[in-house]
Amino acid sequence: MAGFFALVRRDLCLAWRQGGEIGLAVGFFVLAVVLFPFGVGPEPELLRRVSAGIIWVAALLAAVSSLDRLFAADHADGGLDLIALSPLPLEVAVLAKCLAHWLTTGLALTIVSPALAVIVDMASADMPVLVLGLLLGTPALTLIGAIGAALTLGARRPGVLSALLVLPLYLPPLIFGAGAVEAGMGGGGARAHLLLLGAFSLGALVLAPIAAAAALRDALE
Amino acid sequence: MPGSRFCVVIPAKPGIQGEKRSGGLPDPRPREGDEVGRANLIGSSRDFDLSSELVGEDLACRRGERLVFRGLSLRLAAGAALVVTGANGSGKSSLLRLLATLLRPETGRLLWGGSAIAADPAPYRAVIHYLGHLDAIKPALTPRETLEFWAGQRVGRAAVGDALTALGLDRVADWPCRWLSAGQRRRLALARLVASPAPVWLLDEPAAALDSDGEGRLVTLISAHRAAGGRVVAATHQPLAIEAAGTLAIGDYTPAGVG
Repeated sequence: MAGFFALVRRDLCLAWRQGGEIGLAVGFFVLAVVLFPFGVGPEPELLRRVSAGIIWVAALLAAVSSLDRLFAADHADGGLDLIALSPLPLEVAVLAKCLAHWLTTGLALTIVSPALAVIVDMASADMPVLVLGLLLGTPALTLIGAIGAALTLGARRPGVLSALLVLPLYLPPLIFGAGAVEAGMGGGGARAHLLLLGAFSLGALVLAPIAAAAALRDALE
Repeated sequence: MPGSRFCVVIPAKPGIQGEKRSGGLPDPRPREGDEVGRANLIGSSRDFDLSSELVGEDLACRRGERLVFRGLSLRLAAGAALVVTGANGSGKSSLLRLLATLLRPETGRLLWGGSAIAADPAPYRAVIHYLGHLDAIKPALTPRETLEFWAGQRVGRAAVGDALTALGLDRVADWPCRWLSAGQRRRLALARLVASPAPVWLLDEPAAALDSDGEGRLVTLISAHRAAGGRVVAATHQPLAIEAAGTLAIGDYTPAGVG
């Protein structure tokens, strides 16, 4: 277990020291959301209706754009070989890297999301559902993304390829996440959506490390 | 147990070029500290202790369409060293990755202490150090942090300070690794071997980018490791002053008409 936390700590430390890492995902998220009012026009009515969708789509894109740093650096510098040979099962190592990745992207996006909700004119009463939805759904984005990132290791354009692989799998969190906010607007019907979102993340928590570790073993061959 | 402290390369199939190697192997000299190895050999061969032998039987390796080598057998007892030589691209790195369980052999099997490694690689992985041609160094971490992290990923005590001293990295121990030269990065990678103990060292071009002082330190480390009952497989095309080492020319196991 010490190995697990050491890996999480190292990845957090790397993300912190390499600056940009956290800023990039958050910056991408903010910019993507800010662009929408310019595109669709500033009418509050229109913006409010699509606000949850905008934020969720931007969060998916920000998550996808940060996937390449999950395994690519360790693969390129040979560290992945050593991680694979360490007593820590590779599945658990994947989980550790996902945890560090989520803390620096999913959690960071969740924290800035209320500010963005103001930009797209979301009612303040809907914000708790949005934040709760992101909190429950973003772990799934990282975990499913890990499968894509592991599968595309060594590919020529890993970033684009993993986006193509992963984005279709992001549909359930997108539907339930944005749906939760919309259902909540009607007056407290968000519970079912949030439960499904949590269930999806829990499923990903169990299955994704196994799939990603298998893909990593293949990449090391 | 005669013959327990040397390393032989046995051509598995008669008629393969490798046969001529068996006669040409340098006779392993008995070394001081012999009683260490002998004491360890008294234990059961099933135990994953220091005395366990690493045995490869009739190994073949395939990368994609290409059969890199075949019919390669080796035996590595406590204190033994094996130097793998061969041209670029001849399969030295593949052999080391195969011995590190990162590659699956196409045929043949690896045994550690008499047990097949493929069935349960975990105990074997705990006793090997694999030094690839990449250094596994993050530019943003310091050498000390790098060693602490990698030593923390293994079982057993960590001796990070000793490792930095042994490789002459004290002065740069707290610099970010991005400031290190290629030779210093190699030294840091070698320091991993000292920072956490493991009886089997698998070294891929360990002396790459090292200066003469670094090479000297490497040779010292290897002798000390072997004197303590450790064993070493090193792939290199530089002449390394490793005494009484068996040699394995990987070209002898390349299938005819390939490579």
